[in-house]
Amino acid sequence: MPEQMRDIKRRIRSIKNTEQITKAMEMVAAARLRRAQSRVEAARPYAEEIRKMAGRIAASLEDVSHPLLVEREVRNTGFVIFTSDRGLCGAFNARVIRFAQDVLKERDARSIVAVGRKGRDFFRRRGYDLLADFIGIGDEPGVDAAREVVRHILKLYESGALDEINLVYTEFISTSRQRPVVRRLLPIEIPTGDGNESRRADDYIYEPSPKRVLDIILPRFVEAQVYRAMLEAKVSEHAARMLAMGNATENAGEMINQLTLSFNKARQAAITKELTEIVTGAEALKG
Amino acid sequence: MKSFKLEIVNPEKVVVSEEVESVMLPAVGGFLGILRNHVPIFGGLDIGVIRYRKEGKSHTVACNLGVFEMRENTLRVLADTAERGEDIDVLRAQEAKKRAERRLQEKAQDLDYVRAELALKRAIARLKAAAGEGKGR
Repeated sequence: MPEQMRDIKRRIRSIKNTEQITKAMEMVAAARLRRAQSRVEAARPYAEEIRKMAGRIAASLEDVSHPLLVEREVRNTGFVIFTSDRGLCGAFNARVIRFAQDVLKERDARSIVAVGRKGRDFFRRRGYDLLADFIGIGDEPGVDAAREVVRHILKLYESGALDEINLVYTEFISTSRQRPVVRRLLPIEIPTGDGNESRRADDYIYEPSPKRVLDIILPRFVEAQVYRAMLEAKVSEHAARMLAMGNATENAGEMINQLTLSFNKARQAAITKELTEIVTGAEALKG
Repeated sequence: MKSFKLEIVNPEKVVVSEEVESVMLPAVGGFLGILRNHVPIFGGLDIGVIRYRKEGKSHTVACNLGVFEMRENTLRVLADTAERGEDIDVLRAQEAKKRAERRLQEKAQDLDYVRAELALKRAIARLKAAAGEGKGR
Protein backbone atom coordinates (compact mmCIF):
# COMPACT_ATOMS: atom_id res chain seq x y z
CA MET A 1 0.00 0.00 0.00
CA PRO A 2 1.49 3.31 -1.03
CA GLU A 3 2.53 5.81 1.62
CA GLN A 4 -0.27 8.24 0.78
CA MET A 5 -3.00 5.69 1.24
CA ARG A 6 -1.69 4.61 4.60
CA ASP A 7 -1.67 8.22 5.79
CA ILE A 8 -5.25 8.75 4.75
CA LYS A 9 -6.32 5.55 6.42
CA ARG A 10 -4.67 6.58 9.66
CA ARG A 11 -6.38 9.96 9.61
CA ILE A 12 -9.78 8.40 8.98
CA ARG A 13 -9.30 6.14 11.95
CA SER A 14 -8.30 9.01 14.21
CA ILE A 15 -11.25 11.13 13.15
CA LYS A 16 -13.58 8.22 13.72
CA ASN A 17 -12.33 8.03 17.29
CA THR A 18 -12.95 11.72 17.79
CA GLU A 19 -16.39 11.33 16.29
CA GLN A 20 -17.26 8.62 18.76
CA ILE A 21 -16.19 10.77 21.67
CA THR A 22 -18.06 13.86 20.55
CA LYS A 23 -21.12 11.75 19.85
CA ALA A 24 -21.00 10.33 23.38
CA MET A 25 -20.53 13.79 24.86
CA GLU A 26 -23.48 15.06 22.89
CA MET A 27 -25.70 12.34 24.26
CA VAL A 28 -24.53 12.86 27.83
CA ALA A 29 -25.18 16.59 27.50
CA ALA A 30 -28.65 15.91 26.12
CA ALA A 31 -29.52 13.73 29.11
CA ARG A 32 -28.18 16.31 31.56
CA LEU A 33 -30.01 19.06 29.76
CA ARG A 34 -33.29 17.27 30.28
CA ARG A 35 -32.61 16.70 33.95
CA ALA A 36 -31.49 20.28 34.49
CA GLN A 37 -34.62 21.55 32.78
CA SER A 38 -36.85 19.58 35.09
CA ARG A 39 -34.91 21.05 38.02
CA VAL A 40 -35.67 24.54 36.79
CA GLU A 41 -39.32 23.60 36.51
CA ALA A 42 -39.38 22.13 40.01
CA ALA A 43 -37.72 25.21 41.51
CA ARG A 44 -40.18 27.64 39.98
CA PRO A 45 -43.05 27.43 42.53
CA TYR A 46 -40.82 28.40 45.45
CA ALA A 47 -39.21 31.27 43.57
CA GLU A 48 -42.57 32.61 42.47
CA GLU A 49 -44.21 32.25 45.86
CA ILE A 50 -41.41 33.93 47.73
CA ARG A 51 -41.49 36.83 45.30
CA LYS A 52 -45.24 37.25 45.66
CA MET A 53 -45.07 36.91 49.43
CA ALA A 54 -42.40 39.58 49.67
CA GLY A 55 -44.59 41.78 47.51
CA ARG A 56 -47.60 41.27 49.76
CA ILE A 57 -45.57 41.95 52.88
CA ALA A 58 -44.27 45.17 51.37
CA ALA A 59 -47.80 46.17 50.41
CA SER A 60 -49.24 45.40 53.84
CA LEU A 61 -46.62 47.23 55.87
CA GLU A 62 -46.61 50.98 56.02
CA ASP A 63 -42.96 51.22 56.71
CA VAL A 64 -40.73 48.54 55.27
CA SER A 65 -37.17 49.00 56.26
CA HIS A 66 -34.48 46.42 56.32
CA PRO A 67 -30.72 46.52 55.72
CA LEU A 68 -31.12 44.39 52.61
CA LEU A 69 -33.59 46.86 51.13
CA VAL A 70 -31.76 50.11 51.79
CA GLU A 71 -30.18 51.80 48.80
CA ARG A 72 -26.77 52.94 49.97
CA GLU A 73 -24.50 55.31 48.20
CA VAL A 74 -22.74 53.00 45.78
CA ARG A 75 -18.98 53.11 46.07
CA ASN A 76 -18.31 49.54 45.13
CA THR A 77 -20.41 47.38 42.86
CA GLY A 78 -19.88 43.64 42.71
CA PHE A 79 -20.77 41.12 40.06
CA VAL A 80 -21.40 37.44 40.56
CA ILE A 81 -20.52 35.74 37.31
CA PHE A 82 -21.70 32.25 36.42
CA THR A 83 -19.56 30.22 34.03
CA SER A 84 -18.87 26.52 33.68
CA ASP A 85 -16.06 24.53 35.21
CA ARG A 86 -15.33 22.62 32.05
CA GLY A 87 -14.88 23.59 28.44
CA LEU A 88 -16.01 21.99 25.19
CA CYS A 89 -19.28 23.86 25.27
CA GLY A 90 -18.91 26.14 22.31
CA ALA A 91 -19.02 29.86 22.92
CA PHE A 92 -20.92 29.46 26.20
CA ASN A 93 -18.21 30.85 28.49
CA ALA A 94 -16.73 33.28 26.00
CA ARG A 95 -20.09 34.92 25.51
CA VAL A 96 -20.99 35.44 29.15
CA ILE A 97 -17.45 36.57 29.97
CA ARG A 98 -17.42 39.12 27.16
CA PHE A 99 -20.82 40.37 28.24
CA ALA A 100 -19.64 40.65 31.85
CA GLN A 101 -16.54 42.56 30.77
CA ASP A 102 -18.66 45.09 28.92
CA VAL A 103 -20.99 45.55 31.87
CA LEU A 104 -18.08 45.94 34.28
CA LYS A 105 -16.47 48.52 32.07
CA GLU A 106 -19.71 50.44 31.74
CA ARG A 107 -20.24 50.48 35.51
CA ASP A 108 -16.61 51.11 36.22
CA ALA A 109 -16.47 48.10 38.53
CA ARG A 110 -13.75 45.56 39.20
CA SER A 111 -15.12 43.38 42.00
CA ILE A 112 -16.05 39.87 41.10
CA VAL A 113 -17.38 36.71 42.67
CA ALA A 114 -16.78 33.85 40.27
CA VAL A 115 -18.98 30.78 40.15
CA GLY A 116 -17.26 28.36 37.77
CA ARG A 117 -13.63 27.74 36.95
CA LYS A 118 -13.59 29.33 33.51
CA GLY A 119 -14.73 32.69 34.81
CA ARG A 120 -12.43 32.56 37.80
CA ASP A 121 -9.37 31.83 35.67
CA PHE A 122 -10.20 34.51 33.16
CA PHE A 123 -10.85 37.32 35.61
CA ARG A 124 -7.95 36.41 37.85
CA ARG A 125 -5.60 36.49 34.88
CA ARG A 126 -6.90 39.89 33.91
CA GLY A 127 -6.27 41.28 37.38
CA TYR A 128 -9.84 41.92 38.48
CA ASP A 129 -10.63 41.89 42.21
CA LEU A 130 -11.68 38.33 42.78
CA LEU A 131 -13.51 38.45 46.12
CA ALA A 132 -14.53 34.81 46.16
CA ASP A 133 -14.80 31.83 43.86
CA PHE A 134 -16.89 28.70 43.84
CA ILE A 135 -15.65 25.73 41.86
CA GLY A 136 -17.10 22.27 41.52
CA ILE A 137 -20.80 22.95 41.97
CA GLY A 138 -21.45 19.92 39.77
CA ASP A 139 -23.64 19.22 36.81
CA GLU A 140 -26.87 19.17 38.74
CA PRO A 141 -26.50 21.69 41.54
CA GLY A 142 -28.84 21.56 44.50
CA VAL A 143 -29.90 24.53 46.57
CA ASP A 144 -27.04 23.88 49.01
CA ALA A 145 -24.56 25.08 46.40
CA ALA A 146 -26.53 28.29 46.05
CA ARG A 147 -26.71 28.73 49.83
CA GLU A 148 -22.96 28.66 50.11
CA VAL A 149 -22.65 31.40 47.52
CA VAL A 150 -25.38 33.44 49.21
CA ARG A 151 -23.75 33.18 52.62
CA HIS A 152 -20.62 34.67 51.17
CA ILE A 153 -22.37 37.36 49.18
CA LEU A 154 -24.42 38.50 52.16
CA LYS A 155 -21.25 38.80 54.20
CA LEU A 156 -19.70 41.01 51.54
CA TYR A 157 -22.82 43.12 51.41
CA GLU A 158 -23.39 43.44 55.13
CA SER A 159 -19.78 44.27 55.86
CA GLY A 160 -20.01 47.15 53.42
CA ALA A 161 -17.35 45.73 51.11
CA LEU A 162 -19.96 45.94 48.37
CA ASP A 163 -22.88 48.35 48.20
CA GLU A 164 -24.57 46.75 45.25
CA ILE A 165 -24.43 43.21 43.90
CA ASN A 166 -25.53 41.97 40.50
CA LEU A 167 -25.78 38.57 38.93
CA VAL A 168 -24.41 37.90 35.47
CA TYR A 169 -25.48 34.59 33.99
CA THR A 170 -26.70 32.92 30.84
CA GLU A 171 -30.43 32.77 30.50
CA PHE A 172 -31.92 29.77 28.78
CA ILE A 173 -34.42 30.62 26.06
CA SER A 174 -34.39 27.49 23.96
CA THR A 175 -32.01 24.68 23.15
CA SER A 176 -30.49 26.74 20.37
CA ARG A 177 -30.78 30.13 22.07
CA GLN A 178 -29.24 31.37 25.30
CA ARG A 179 -28.31 34.89 26.17
CA PRO A 180 -26.23 36.50 28.90
CA VAL A 181 -28.12 38.80 31.26
CA VAL A 182 -27.36 41.02 34.22
CA ARG A 183 -29.80 41.28 37.13
CA ARG A 184 -29.56 43.24 40.33
CA LEU A 185 -29.51 41.12 43.45
CA LEU A 186 -28.80 43.55 46.27
CA PRO A 187 -30.19 45.81 47.55
CA ILE A 188 -33.40 43.91 46.97
CA GLU A 189 -36.01 45.49 44.78
CA ILE A 190 -39.29 44.11 46.01
CA PRO A 191 -41.62 43.49 43.10
CA THR A 192 -44.82 45.42 43.69
CA GLY A 193 -46.82 42.77 41.89
CA ASP A 194 -49.71 43.16 39.51
CA GLY A 195 -51.64 45.85 41.34
CA ASN A 196 -54.91 44.28 42.34
CA GLU A 197 -53.31 41.47 44.26
CA SER A 198 -50.87 43.40 46.37
CA ARG A 199 -52.73 46.71 46.62
CA ARG A 200 -55.46 45.21 48.70
CA ALA A 201 -53.65 45.48 51.99
CA ASP A 202 -55.03 42.59 53.99
CA ASP A 203 -54.64 43.14 57.66
CA TYR A 204 -52.03 40.59 58.35
CA ILE A 205 -51.00 39.29 61.70
CA TYR A 206 -47.24 38.98 61.95
CA GLU A 207 -45.87 36.16 63.99
CA PRO A 208 -43.83 37.18 65.88
CA SER A 209 -43.24 40.59 64.24
CA PRO A 210 -42.92 42.20 60.81
CA LYS A 211 -39.22 42.69 61.35
CA ARG A 212 -38.57 39.05 62.14
CA VAL A 213 -40.58 37.91 59.15
CA LEU A 214 -38.56 40.22 56.92
CA ASP A 215 -35.37 38.91 58.50
CA ILE A 216 -36.41 35.43 57.47
CA ILE A 217 -37.89 36.03 54.05
CA LEU A 218 -35.40 38.47 52.53
CA PRO A 219 -32.25 36.28 52.63
CA ARG A 220 -34.35 33.46 51.20
CA PHE A 221 -35.52 35.74 48.43
CA VAL A 222 -31.86 36.36 47.59
CA GLU A 223 -31.16 32.66 47.79
CA ALA A 224 -33.98 31.82 45.38
CA GLN A 225 -32.58 34.28 42.85
CA VAL A 226 -29.06 32.93 43.09
CA TYR A 227 -30.32 29.37 42.82
CA ARG A 228 -32.31 30.28 39.76
CA ALA A 229 -29.30 31.94 38.12
CA MET A 230 -27.23 28.85 38.89
CA LEU A 231 -29.80 26.53 37.33
CA GLU A 232 -30.32 28.71 34.27
CA ALA A 233 -26.58 28.82 33.69
CA LYS A 234 -26.38 25.04 34.03
CA VAL A 235 -29.22 24.40 31.61
CA SER A 236 -27.61 26.78 29.13
CA GLU A 237 -24.24 25.11 29.56
CA HIS A 238 -25.65 21.67 28.81
CA ALA A 239 -27.56 23.02 25.82
CA ALA A 240 -24.45 24.76 24.48
CA ARG A 241 -22.36 21.64 24.97
CA MET A 242 -24.92 19.46 23.28
CA LEU A 243 -24.99 21.78 20.28
CA ALA A 244 -21.22 22.14 20.08
CA MET A 245 -20.69 18.42 20.28
CA GLY A 246 -23.43 17.79 17.74
CA ASN A 247 -21.67 20.12 15.32
CA ALA A 248 -18.34 18.48 15.99
CA THR A 249 -19.82 15.06 15.27
CA GLU A 250 -21.29 16.35 12.04
CA ASN A 251 -17.99 17.90 10.98
CA ALA A 252 -16.16 14.69 11.75
CA GLY A 253 -18.62 12.81 9.55
CA GLU A 254 -18.00 15.23 6.70
CA MET A 255 -14.26 14.92 7.06
CA ILE A 256 -14.51 11.15 7.02
CA ASN A 257 -16.54 11.28 3.82
CA GLN A 258 -14.02 13.51 2.13
CA LEU A 259 -11.09 11.45 3.28
CA THR A 260 -12.78 8.24 2.15
CA LEU A 261 -13.22 9.84 -1.25
CA SER A 262 -9.54 10.75 -1.50
CA PHE A 263 -8.61 7.31 -0.22
CA ASN A 264 -10.63 5.66 -3.00
CA LYS A 265 -9.10 7.99 -5.57
CA ALA A 266 -5.63 7.13 -4.40
CA ARG A 267 -6.46 3.45 -4.45
CA GLN A 268 -7.85 3.65 -7.98
CA ALA A 269 -4.83 5.59 -9.16
CA ALA A 270 -2.59 2.87 -7.70
CA ILE A 271 -4.55 0.12 -9.44
CA THR A 272 -4.56 1.95 -12.75
CA LYS A 273 -0.85 2.47 -12.44
CA GLU A 274 -0.24 -1.23 -11.74
CA LEU A 275 -2.45 -2.27 -14.62
CA THR A 276 -0.67 0.04 -17.00
CA GLU A 277 2.63 -1.44 -15.86
CA ILE A 278 1.43 -5.00 -16.43
CA VAL A 279 -0.08 -4.23 -19.82
CA THR A 280 3.06 -2.38 -20.89
CA GLY A 281 5.16 -5.32 -19.70
CA ALA A 282 3.03 -7.82 -21.64
CA GLU A 283 3.17 -5.66 -24.76
CA ALA A 284 6.95 -5.51 -24.46
CA LEU A 285 7.21 -9.32 -24.20
CA LYS A 286 5.05 -9.80 -27.28
CA GLY A 287 7.27 -7.34 -29.10
CA MET B 1 -65.11 19.34 58.14
CA LYS B 2 -64.38 22.22 55.84
CA SER B 3 -61.05 22.13 54.12
CA PHE B 4 -58.47 24.58 52.84
CA LYS B 5 -55.39 24.38 50.66
CA LEU B 6 -51.98 23.50 52.09
CA GLU B 7 -48.83 24.01 50.07
CA ILE B 8 -45.44 23.09 51.43
CA VAL B 9 -42.61 24.06 49.12
CA ASN B 10 -38.84 23.96 49.41
CA PRO B 11 -36.45 25.66 46.97
CA GLU B 12 -36.06 22.47 44.98
CA LYS B 13 -39.63 21.25 44.72
CA VAL B 14 -43.24 21.20 45.86
CA VAL B 15 -43.55 18.72 48.73
CA VAL B 16 -47.25 18.99 49.59
CA SER B 17 -50.15 20.48 47.68
CA GLU B 18 -53.37 19.18 49.13
CA GLU B 19 -56.78 20.03 50.53
CA VAL B 20 -56.58 19.59 54.29
CA GLU B 21 -58.82 20.05 57.31
CA SER B 22 -56.31 21.27 59.86
CA VAL B 23 -52.62 22.05 60.24
CA MET B 24 -50.32 22.32 63.24
CA LEU B 25 -47.04 23.95 62.48
CA PRO B 26 -43.99 25.02 64.48
CA ALA B 27 -43.90 28.82 64.29
CA VAL B 28 -40.94 30.65 65.81
CA GLY B 29 -43.09 31.63 68.78
CA GLY B 30 -44.50 28.17 69.37
CA PHE B 31 -46.95 25.77 67.82
CA LEU B 32 -49.77 27.22 65.82
CA GLY B 33 -52.96 25.47 64.81
CA ILE B 34 -54.64 26.59 61.61
CA LEU B 35 -58.15 25.84 60.42
CA ARG B 36 -60.24 27.11 57.55
CA ASN B 37 -60.95 30.86 57.57
CA HIS B 38 -57.96 31.70 59.72
CA VAL B 39 -57.19 35.42 59.59
CA PRO B 40 -54.38 36.43 57.22
CA ILE B 41 -51.07 35.77 58.87
CA PHE B 42 -47.40 35.88 58.01
CA GLY B 43 -45.04 33.99 60.22
CA GLY B 44 -41.62 32.53 60.72
CA LEU B 45 -41.31 28.79 60.63
CA ASP B 46 -39.14 26.94 63.12
CA ILE B 47 -37.37 23.61 62.76
CA GLY B 48 -39.87 20.91 63.62
CA VAL B 49 -42.74 18.81 62.44
CA ILE B 50 -45.74 20.06 60.50
CA ARG B 51 -48.72 17.85 61.11
CA TYR B 52 -51.85 18.06 59.02
CA ARG B 53 -55.10 16.21 58.82
CA LYS B 54 -56.56 15.17 55.53
CA GLU B 55 -59.76 13.16 55.22
CA GLY B 56 -59.46 12.30 58.87
CA LYS B 57 -55.95 10.90 58.54
CA SER B 58 -52.94 12.65 59.95
CA HIS B 59 -49.72 13.22 58.06
CA THR B 60 -46.33 14.61 59.04
CA VAL B 61 -43.68 16.67 57.30
CA ALA B 62 -40.30 17.49 58.83
CA CYS B 63 -39.34 21.06 58.09
CA ASN B 64 -36.44 23.42 58.49
CA LEU B 65 -36.56 27.20 58.96
CA GLY B 66 -38.73 29.25 56.64
CA VAL B 67 -41.84 31.38 56.35
CA PHE B 68 -45.54 30.71 56.05
CA GLU B 69 -48.54 32.69 55.01
CA MET B 70 -52.25 32.00 55.44
CA ARG B 71 -54.45 33.97 53.13
CA GLU B 72 -57.77 33.36 51.43
CA ASN B 73 -57.82 29.80 52.70
CA THR B 74 -54.46 28.88 51.31
CA LEU B 75 -51.63 28.12 53.69
CA ARG B 76 -48.29 28.41 51.98
CA VAL B 77 -45.22 27.15 53.75
CA LEU B 78 -41.82 27.95 52.26
CA ALA B 79 -39.22 25.93 54.11
CA ASP B 80 -35.47 25.57 53.58
CA THR B 81 -36.04 21.85 53.57
CA ALA B 82 -39.22 19.85 53.87
CA GLU B 83 -39.62 16.13 53.78
CA ARG B 84 -42.67 13.93 54.13
CA GLY B 85 -42.52 11.63 57.11
CA GLU B 86 -42.75 8.49 55.00
CA ASP B 87 -39.83 9.61 52.79
CA ILE B 88 -37.40 10.12 55.64
CA ASP B 89 -34.37 7.89 55.89
CA VAL B 90 -34.58 6.95 59.55
CA LEU B 91 -31.09 5.46 59.74
CA ARG B 92 -29.53 8.61 58.37
CA ALA B 93 -31.52 10.76 60.76
CA GLN B 94 -30.40 8.64 63.69
CA GLU B 95 -26.80 8.95 62.65
CA ALA B 96 -27.15 12.70 62.28
CA LYS B 97 -28.63 12.84 65.77
CA LYS B 98 -25.77 10.88 67.28
CA ARG B 99 -23.23 12.99 65.46
CA ALA B 100 -24.83 16.19 66.71
CA GLU B 101 -25.01 14.89 70.27
CA ARG B 102 -21.37 13.95 70.21
CA ARG B 103 -20.42 17.37 68.97
CA LEU B 104 -22.50 19.04 71.65
CA GLN B 105 -20.67 17.09 74.33
CA GLU B 106 -17.30 18.04 72.98
CA LYS B 107 -18.34 21.68 73.40
CA ALA B 108 -16.12 23.23 70.80
CA GLN B 109 -16.31 26.94 69.94
CA ASP B 110 -19.55 28.87 70.08
CA LEU B 111 -20.33 28.74 66.37
CA ASP B 112 -19.96 25.00 66.22
CA TYR B 113 -22.15 24.74 69.25
CA VAL B 114 -25.01 26.63 67.66
CA ARG B 115 -24.72 24.66 64.48
CA ALA B 116 -24.63 21.35 66.26
CA GLU B 117 -27.69 22.35 68.23
CA LEU B 118 -29.58 23.16 65.05
CA ALA B 119 -28.46 19.89 63.52
CA LEU B 120 -29.69 18.03 66.55
CA LYS B 121 -33.02 19.80 66.40
CA ARG B 122 -33.39 18.92 62.74
CA ALA B 123 -32.51 15.28 63.32
CA ILE B 124 -35.02 15.00 66.13
CA ALA B 125 -37.71 16.61 64.00
CA ARG B 126 -37.04 14.20 61.17
CA LEU B 127 -37.19 11.21 63.47
CA LYS B 128 -40.46 12.44 64.93
CA ALA B 129 -41.94 13.05 61.52
CA ALA B 130 -40.85 9.61 60.38
CA ALA B 131 -42.50 8.07 63.41
CA GLY B 132 -45.62 10.10 62.66
CA GLU B 133 -45.51 11.80 66.05
CA GLY B 134 -45.19 15.56 65.88
CA LYS B 135 -46.63 17.70 68.61
CA GLY B 136 -50.34 18.26 68.80
CA ARG B 137 -53.02 15.92 67.63
